[in-house]
Amino acid sequence: MSNKVLMKGAEALAEGAIQAGCRYYFGYPITPQNETPEYMSRRLPEVGGRFVQAESEVASINMVYGAACTGVRTMTSSSSPGISLMQEGISYISGSNVPCVVMNAMRGGPGLGNIAPAQGDYFQAVKGGGNGDYRRIVLAPSSIQEGVDLFVDAFELADKYRMVVMVIIDGLIGQMMEPVEFKTKVDVSTLKTPEWATVGRHGRDHANIITSLTLDAPGLEQWNLKLQAKYAQVELTESRIEEYQMDDADYAIIAYGTMARIAKTTVRIARAKGIKLGLLRPITVWPFPRKQIQAYVGKLKGTLTVELAYRQLFEDVQLTLCDKMPLGWYGRGGGIVPGPQEILTAFEEQFGKGR
Amino acid sequence: MAEQMKVIYERPKSWANKVTHYCPGCTHGVAHRLIAELVDEMGLMDKTIGVWPVGCSVLGYDYFNFDSVEAAHGRAPAMATGIKVTNPDNFVFAYQGDGDLASIGMAEIVHAAARGWPITVIFINNGNYGMTGGQMAPTTLLGQKTTTSPLGRTPQTNGFPIRVAEMLAQLDGPAYIARVSLDSPVNIRKAKSAMRKAFNAQVRGIGFSLVECLSTCPTNWRLTPVESMERVRKEVMPYFPLGEFKVVEGVL
Repeated sequence: MSNKVLMKGAEALAEGAIQAGCRYYFGYPITPQNETPEYMSRRLPEVGGRFVQAESEVASINMVYGAACTGVRTMTSSSSPGISLMQEGISYISGSNVPCVVMNAMRGGPGLGNIAPAQGDYFQAVKGGGNGDYRRIVLAPSSIQEGVDLFVDAFELADKYRMVVMVIIDGLIGQMMEPVEFKTKVDVSTLKTPEWATVGRHGRDHANIITSLTLDAPGLEQWNLKLQAKYAQVELTESRIEEYQMDDADYAIIAYGTMARIAKTTVRIARAKGIKLGLLRPITVWPFPRKQIQAYVGKLKGTLTVELAYRQLFEDVQLTLCDKMPLGWYGRGGGIVPGPQEILTAFEEQFGKGR
Repeated sequence: MAEQMKVIYERPKSWANKVTHYCPGCTHGVAHRLIAELVDEMGLMDKTIGVWPVGCSVLGYDYFNFDSVEAAHGRAPAMATGIKVTNPDNFVFAYQGDGDLASIGMAEIVHAAARGWPITVIFINNGNYGMTGGQMAPTTLLGQKTTTSPLGRTPQTNGFPIRVAEMLAQLDGPAYIARVSLDSPVNIRKAKSAMRKAFNAQVRGIGFSLVECLSTCPTNWRLTPVESMERVRKEVMPYFPLGEFKVVEGVL
């Protein structure tokens, strides 16, 4: 018997976070993800958790920072302009080595932009945003079910590496409804309070201090080297990709999230026309699945990167493949989502008929 | 006959055995000492989490034997809220300066006070940004010269100083709001008594509490320690009167 339920993305992902053991959510309203805090506000008290509506995204992320210091599973969610306001906090949390999850339902930008689906926050999510040398793991689901499943991984990765894990979706995933199954339920009573957590000494023989401040330069350099070693380990072991119809592919579309889902239809249309097209879909956009994509050097005649942004994902593809094959690009911005045929037309314009 | 020896003064157990980095005549040390004494006297060391600000007291966590975290500039009340929500039985206080609390962190302190959840804030008002070299703060007095109001603060150019204690006392959330001064032994004793009430407001689960401490900054005020204490009495107290501005039932 199937345990599937029909749910709206922004609510299903909230439930996914709760099933993953999240009991503390702090957030501030912004479209298109308001259903997430709304759902959390009624659901968390039922499972012994707490929902707090903060006075701003700046306060949200700093409440998450405080909660994260006590070693619990905690998160916030927002959309592009709100995520911008959280960058300071994300940098501090990263610099303090504490775990949390942040979800970004990306919308059209820059500035206030609009509330339509977009992927223009790729650089901010993947390359930086806040100050200093830090990284966060960035997961990019392309369906509601995958998002729900990835939330379990998000919290586990956050705890394992004591890092910020971002889940990036867009208004499309957040607003549509799909059947979804909650396969994993984390029993929070089995989650131990980490020894580094600031929860009061309660007999511990030393005080725990959590700070991102190291005034002496050699000390801060050593701290940075520790962070870098951790990031190197994550790059080595945690990158993920879906390879769709790649066994005999001559060409590949490279896309993530909503755009990848649409590109799967492009692949099917192309194959019906005799074009051997496949799809490489990064599930982690940091760490970028560089090795998995590089494995296709010598096998592919070219790739077409497709994104709801202007040459952001494309930069990582360029860094990955350099001049090893022709690299095409197609993207739309401002909340415009190209359909499968539009992508195929772009492919044919750049690679001929693909033969 | 051997004289009976009795300890009448000692280092608080929650005070780490360290020399502070504060300037001579600065009252951060006094405020720190009062916190340590109260944490000891109220038996709170094992359940205390301090939240430290950006400013001269950024390294405050080094001087205590209880758990601490270091907040971003102005965000200590938000961070303290996050900690208190996950650990309601612990004692959580934030320590903030006037630039931290009354300028960049005004939204966080107002909403923490409005929520009224039981956290405690020790607010150090020394009328300038000490660590960055004495710039104008939201609490800088009219006429006071700072490095960013070199001719003295004027309402036309710089607006008016903010009376934080009175402002927050207007809200329904707080359980206890007071302003004290750290300029003299008698006022330090009164300050400790106010801080005890503030701590109690949290320990007894009554609500949000804040104690504003009139403090000195001899280095940036270009005054000696003694002159600084006199300035607090002569110039600061008339604008920032001492007293309790909000005491709800049950706070003692």
